[in-house]
Amino acid sequence: MEIRIAIQHPMETGFRRDATGHEIPKNVINAFSCRYNGVEVFRAEMGSGIAANPYLDFYTIADASGELIFDWTDDSGQTGSERASIVVSG
Amino acid sequence: MRFAALAAIPLAASRVAHAQSTTDSVDAMVAKVTGGAPLKTGRVKLELPQLADNSNSVSLKVSVESPMTSTDYVKSIHLYAGKNPRPNIANFYLGPRAGRAQIATRIRLAATQRVLAVAALSDGSFYSGAADVAVTGAACYDGS
Repeated sequence: MEIRIAIQHPMETGFRRDATGHEIPKNVINAFSCRYNGVEVFRAEMGSGIAANPYLDFYTIADASGELIFDWTDDSGQTGSERASIVVSG
Repeated sequence: MRFAALAAIPLAASRVAHAQSTTDSVDAMVAKVTGGAPLKTGRVKLELPQLADNSNSVSLKVSVESPMTSTDYVKSIHLYAGKNPRPNIANFYLGPRAGRAQIATRIRLAATQRVLAVAALSDGSFYSGAADVAVTGAACYDGS
């Protein structure tokens, strides 16, 4: 099973400056994980080399019906979460 | 024209120096992952466009040849771009439950360079694959 997720986030590198010349602090989603019925099946550590609105495409074996939970944290400490249900038949 | 050319020289020189220092740091970062174990080439396929005209978002696909069974699987995949200001783009951790060791994402590239992928396998071996990308408009340095 292929899982594709895109998260809306600027992934600020810390190298840019705003219109007044002040440095915009680095703020990227540094940690992302995917749990499948409570078990972690994928985890990513990301840096400023990942493009804005990070997109991840990965695989997992669909062995049971249940729920996929996606969690992420950025440098500012803000967290996000998303879930998806899956039904496996036969 | 002549003024422009003169101005470009110190800039180019400083970027080369920066690139060399970060290439060294990629070796150090890889050594940290492998713990000094030999890094073999092969099994890792890194797919990137040969030419990136928008280096703020470059499609990347990495796959590792592995049966992905409970006894023989890929533990992690690490991505490096030596000429980026922060070379370690991302680290991905997977396991036999992935079924397939393949990940796609979109990256930023600061300059024309070789991107390196290192895979850690469950038997303690390490494999690498690389791809060259020509960048026509660099990310990170401009104000956009």
